[in-house]
Amino acid sequence: MRQNKTVASTIFDVFNHIFLGIWAIITVLPFLYVLAASFAPDSEIKTRTFFIIPHNPTLLTYKFIFASNYFLRSMLNSVIITVGGTLVNLFFTFTMAYALSKKHFIGRSIVLNGVIFTMLFGGGMIPTYLLVKSLGLLNSYWALWLPGAISPFNFFVVKNFFQEMPQDLEDAARIDGCTEAQVLWKIILPLSKPIIATFALFYGVGHWNSWFGALLYINDAEKWPVQLILRQIVMLSTTLASDLTQFDPNFQPPQESLKMAIIVVATLPIMLLYPWLQKYFIKGMFIGSLKE
Amino acid sequence: MKNNIINGPKKKGENDLMTATTSIWKRLKKDKWLYILALPGILYFIIFRYIPMFGIVVAFQDFNPFLGFWKSPWVGFEHFKTLFTDPDFPMLFRNTLLISFYNILFYFPVPIILALLINEVRNQVYKRIVQTCVYVPHFVSMVVIASITYVLLSSETGVINNILYSLTGKKIEFLTDPRWFRPLIIIQSIWKEAGWGTIIFLAALSNVDPTLYEAAIVDGATRWQQTWHITIPSIMSTVIILFILRLGHLLDTGFEQIFLMKNPINRSVAEVFDTYVYQVGVTQGAYSYSTAVGLFKSVVGLILIQVSNYLSKKFTETSLF
Repeated sequence: MRQNKTVASTIFDVFNHIFLGIWAIITVLPFLYVLAASFAPDSEIKTRTFFIIPHNPTLLTYKFIFASNYFLRSMLNSVIITVGGTLVNLFFTFTMAYALSKKHFIGRSIVLNGVIFTMLFGGGMIPTYLLVKSLGLLNSYWALWLPGAISPFNFFVVKNFFQEMPQDLEDAARIDGCTEAQVLWKIILPLSKPIIATFALFYGVGHWNSWFGALLYINDAEKWPVQLILRQIVMLSTTLASDLTQFDPNFQPPQESLKMAIIVVATLPIMLLYPWLQKYFIKGMFIGSLKE
Repeated sequence: MKNNIINGPKKKGENDLMTATTSIWKRLKKDKWLYILALPGILYFIIFRYIPMFGIVVAFQDFNPFLGFWKSPWVGFEHFKTLFTDPDFPMLFRNTLLISFYNILFYFPVPIILALLINEVRNQVYKRIVQTCVYVPHFVSMVVIASITYVLLSSETGVINNILYSLTGKKIEFLTDPRWFRPLIIIQSIWKEAGWGTIIFLAALSNVDPTLYEAAIVDGATRWQQTWHITIPSIMSTVIILFILRLGHLLDTGFEQIFLMKNPINRSVAEVFDTYVYQVGVTQGAYSYSTAVGLFKSVVGLILIQVSNYLSKKFTETSLF
């Protein structure tokens, strides 16, 4: 290994380790502060400067948001949008990628070039909006699922994956009398599990984190995902006031720690998935980018 | 022929498309499952990707939702004239280019430097911990990133202003002061994506032949010399292609980030083409005009991508298509 033990080299190592450590800490510190502040009463957030451990931890904010119908509905909406959207993405991407991975597909290069062109040029926000509107999809989750059903980049990655699968396996199965559907179901799909998982995560995280589609297409606030509620509460300073009746009518929800708690809850699913995410995403990134 | 990212390895068997129609019919029948499987995807691209492209005609009309595409009156390049003479146009152009330019200047080098430093860490556990931490913000939604920025920087309760106040007795209006907008956007980008951006460089670094270093050590090269003469040259092609591709997206400033950080007070520095399209199109209903703005941006973008792809092909022999 490359290692010369000179004084300069050692000094560099020490500083490098310290610098990277500080960088890593600064990166995650804002998240830790928000997490800590979500358990603190408003008075503490306003008077103390920075803290990671609250003096007077309380679950009041979480009790409040989890008693709020409006908030719980937005969580449910997010789950529906994420699960439904991911299934739509996987269905459209994998069926088309499998078909186009076959070199004897008639018109293959026309279709592939057609897909490439969409990576370079698009109609833009307004024509897409008008299309969704004229299809009658406004206020329906299909408006969030269909317009982005296939990411062209993901499509090409999956297509290349299928293309590199050994053809012999399929041929052998056919000789043994498998129908086309059986080949797909019994040979191809089981072999594709890791890449399906990768892209389910890719697409799923995208859906969980998205909010602009809902802002654009979903007027009915009861159908909004949690990310949009978060924007309402933190950036536009609206409250969950309609839910106050659940509590004592004199109850004032803690404004600041409420913001913190909603940030935490909107991030939580990703953080719970993170250990898997990291593994799969890096693998996915390598599948996608390192093929030269 | 050189392989490229889009088409993947090897193409063959595409030149026998010229067979008789009867055999095409036979092949279609034999492989009917393939075409059935491809159908939803192809329909998707036609409906949701190509029809909006034709929807661009709206930019040349005075589109009226009640009359539709077919009956709305044609106005030619009227909306483009309005755009170019719009007093907001220089502002939009300047804001878009400046944010992009500052991103290239201040954000672009960060993942490279970070990757070089991470690469020098020999302790695998420490390396893993650092990487795990710096990747985190990439997975979080832009709303969460912007929300955290708000709660940290707000002038009444934000923790950073609290610290500033206790130190200096003054507060800074980070979120509304136009002078803070661009630095804030760049810092946010670095926070969210710089760590993740190291992955591609770390991958390039892991491909460097270790015997090069061994030879250099035998020749008595110091660590700095090894970095300068072996490590940096070996990632240079990755750096150049990413840089050129970045130039192709000069007019893309990241809609969500700008949209979330924009407010009426910092509008003079924050409004960019993308947010303007939303503003006049969706909230004010000026469909034709905003489509013209979007089309202007797309066309310039397409030209920039072609030019940078050409440059990339010429100088690095790598290209996207």
